[in-house]
Amino acid sequence: MPEVNELLSLVPKAEAKQSMKDFKSDQEVRWCPGCGDYAVLAAVQGFMPDLGLAKENIVFVSGIGCSSRFPYYMNTYGMHSIHGRAPAIATGLATSRRDLSVWVVTGDGDALSIGGNHLIHALRRNVNLKILLFNNRIYGLTKGQYSPTSEVGKITKSTPMGSLDSPFNPVSLAIGAEASFVARTVDSDRKHLTSVLRQAADHPGTALVEIYQNCNIFNDGAFEALKDKDRALEAVIRLEHGEPIRFGADNSKGVVRDPATGDLVVVPVTADNEHQILVHDAHATSPTTAFALSRLADPDTLHHTPIGVLRSVKRPVYDTLMSDQLDAAVEQNGKGDLSQLLAGNDTWTVVG
Amino acid sequence: MTSQVSSPAEQADGADDTSDSVVGEQHVLRGAPGVPGSKEVRRLDRVIIRFAGDSGDGMQLTGDRFTSETASFGNDLSTLPNFPAEIRAPAGTLPGVSSFQLHFADHDILTPGDAPNVLVAMNPAALKANIGDVPRGADIIVNTDEFTKRPMAKVGYTTSPLEDGSLEAYQLHPVPLTTLTIEALKEFGLSRKEAERSKNMFALGLLSWMYHRPTESTEQFLRTKFAKKPNIAEANVAAFRAGWNFGETTEDFAVSYEVAPATKAFPTGTYRNISGNLALSYGLIAASHQADLPLYLGSYPITPASDILHELSRHKNFGVRTFQAEDEIAAIGAALGAAFGGSLAVTTTSGPGVALKSETIGLAVSLELPLLVVAIQRGGPSTGLPTKTEQADLLQAMYGRNGEAPVPIVAPRTPADCFDAAIEAARIAVTYRTPVFLLSDGYLANGSEPWRIPEPDELPDLGVQFTTAPNHQLPDGTDVFWPYKRDPHTLARPWAVPGTPGLEHRIGGIEKQDGTGNISYDPANHDFMVRTRQAKIDGIEVPDLVVDDPDGARTLVLGWGSTYGPITAAVRRLRTNGHPIAQAHLRHINPFPRNLGEVLKRYDKVVVPEMNLGQLATLLRAKYLIDAHSYNQVNGMPFKAEQLATALKEAIDA
Repeated sequence: MPEVNELLSLVPKAEAKQSMKDFKSDQEVRWCPGCGDYAVLAAVQGFMPDLGLAKENIVFVSGIGCSSRFPYYMNTYGMHSIHGRAPAIATGLATSRRDLSVWVVTGDGDALSIGGNHLIHALRRNVNLKILLFNNRIYGLTKGQYSPTSEVGKITKSTPMGSLDSPFNPVSLAIGAEASFVARTVDSDRKHLTSVLRQAADHPGTALVEIYQNCNIFNDGAFEALKDKDRALEAVIRLEHGEPIRFGADNSKGVVRDPATGDLVVVPVTADNEHQILVHDAHATSPTTAFALSRLADPDTLHHTPIGVLRSVKRPVYDTLMSDQLDAAVEQNGKGDLSQLLAGNDTWTVVG
Repeated sequence: MTSQVSSPAEQADGADDTSDSVVGEQHVLRGAPGVPGSKEVRRLDRVIIRFAGDSGDGMQLTGDRFTSETASFGNDLSTLPNFPAEIRAPAGTLPGVSSFQLHFADHDILTPGDAPNVLVAMNPAALKANIGDVPRGADIIVNTDEFTKRPMAKVGYTTSPLEDGSLEAYQLHPVPLTTLTIEALKEFGLSRKEAERSKNMFALGLLSWMYHRPTESTEQFLRTKFAKKPNIAEANVAAFRAGWNFGETTEDFAVSYEVAPATKAFPTGTYRNISGNLALSYGLIAASHQADLPLYLGSYPITPASDILHELSRHKNFGVRTFQAEDEIAAIGAALGAAFGGSLAVTTTSGPGVALKSETIGLAVSLELPLLVVAIQRGGPSTGLPTKTEQADLLQAMYGRNGEAPVPIVAPRTPADCFDAAIEAARIAVTYRTPVFLLSDGYLANGSEPWRIPEPDELPDLGVQFTTAPNHQLPDGTDVFWPYKRDPHTLARPWAVPGTPGLEHRIGGIEKQDGTGNISYDPANHDFMVRTRQAKIDGIEVPDLVVDDPDGARTLVLGWGSTYGPITAAVRRLRTNGHPIAQAHLRHINPFPRNLGEVLKRYDKVVVPEMNLGQLATLLRAKYLIDAHSYNQVNGMPFKAEQLATALKEAIDA
């Protein structure tokens, strides 16, 4: 399969140096003041110039929800489509136009509820899409119902006695759906967000980035455990490929494999066990350890939430394979000839 | 289901109208030179044959082969495959019966025929399921090997119909097809079961002898089909020849028949036989060629549309991309995404799939992008009758969306016409930047007829201009791109595809401001945009409706879609018997041809036959305030010409 840079090379480069301003559209941003979406928009507009791609070859496709207004604010090509369908629409665009860099912006309701089917199939196909999943664990645009990532027992307008259904862990779901790139980041950590987006952009195939995003109107503080400096020390596990998985004050905690079950567990790091601390391998062929990492987080308290790139492996890209088949068909049968096709093999002639 | 091929057609043409004897004139030729043997040969003007057997008996293949032989002989023809939705229903049962009817003639015909002159029944179930359609006096060829106690009991025969006198009124030909086939293949070293499988080829050989069909193409076909199993290929050829020789030598078949080529029925040209779904697939490829746009199909398998997905998937060397999506919604979504990127985008489906795609069709209306929605109608509601035909999705195509979301509708009238209809639908889509419904049905999809192959230079130019430069100047002199600034003539908006520098823009399903395309909730703007989208569709240029009315009739029969064959056949019968009637057939249902209102007002009475409960009639009544009379049938089968002729006669007389 093509190398990373070979795939990206199909997208034309910008002729002149671009700035953040080039990626801002003339539309007034209409999210609620204080919404986490602003931070993500700024980060995306800020790192796009670094990609050096011609902005006319960049397309943002979204579904429905607060985050799905995103394309209107990017001065690229864009489509604000219908609820849940952005991955399907983007698949058609990406597979028919390999010279485009196609981004999907979606939310937890859009991607995991009404559009769940399209998300998992895009991931398993490994279409060349970058999917930004804004997870605020609530329905914002419809004013505050619980979402497929809300914690059990969530009190909302539609669940006054508490929600009954267990949430999805989007990272676990993506790994289960054969995703070749899965990452998680947080809206408020601009540096981390940018670094993860950058790696997603470089990935050939579908990249899913879950972005924890605060809805200050309907679910304020949902990720406070990961943002408050002191609490974050104990809650956040920052993953770096090739580095031992350690966190907490003075990196006093680490992740090891339980020899009895094979599962991962968090332990205090000691001189005796230091050599047993798991070294993060995002490129591992098997998704098993990445999945186990994704399960460390407590869905209620968010304690032990890994962020960063959990999985990044090379796998054939659907769009490339599709194009290869077209080329192979021409090689085998020659370029299609319409007259020959219409005539077929079994004709007769009527003379006047 | 197994193969298909074949399809619709029509029935008798003028000559014989009311009489029961289906077969037309007969001339007896004795010992004609060049005719095999010295048996009597009769000349017929047309014949209707029905092959019927178990789902696993290969009846569709047999019918296809006979059709192919007939097409290459130069007869006009029309076919009607009829098979169950189950791939293999329990063997020997009535629900498992699969049949293939073929009507061929020395003149031009329009339907697969009302009633068979010849029924080939491979087992008791096939006999029982079809005997009701066979007129007295017709030939019935049965495979006697299957008429044993158990298979007969399975379908409720307590005595053998071959012996109890119940078939006295027919020309019964009892043939031990299985035994004869096994006997003929004993040198091939096949198991009994393997040998038995060739019995359909034995039957085909027999029928090919009876009707003087050319046999080379079938032998060639068998050798190609079983190229990897030469022994099986030769066994099938042997069975086929044994069937032919059986007819030639046995005394039971004293007469064979000739149906001369329909030389006068066809304009000069090169012809092939083609089914509706194949013609439609070729139409899409041709449209892509003529528009110089890559073809992109997003599809999810559904009967009876899947064959278009299969066919287009075979032509990747034309740059055709086919995407089998995870569901109907993703299928149209991908197509719409490809349309945004500048492809000629298509999705193919049937009624239940259309329902799932409705929201995305609405988005396409709002985005004003070209998109072909190909709907091959089948029996509904819900899962309905997947393998049978119906026209009951017209109003779904017309109105099945939220909001005011007008979509043009184009309907082919015969299998071969699916080619032209696909090109016409593509013309409207790319010219007016709109989704378009191409509304075919199961009868057209699987039916077949001869098709004069067009030369590429006969095809319309569908050339499209993408917008590549700003199209609007702001008061301050800045040149900008406005995605909703329309062509004043067509009201189409510009199609500027990603990758075009300087024209970056965003479109979406939220109401847009006229011109700029920016989000707008302004009441007056919404009212204007709703009316403008409607005006764009209303203004689509379509040809005037042509009325066929040689006698100055007072009654008009108006149809749409696949009823063209049966209606035309019925009209011929009426006129032959001195009953004037005018006929017109709609290809464009949205918008209607401009002269439709004027045409309707010219007649005292308008009769609208439809395979639904009156959906076109409802549209006509609403728009033109006329008292359109519906004549409806919703039984999953095409109209029979005789039945329509009777109904129309009653309408004329009333």
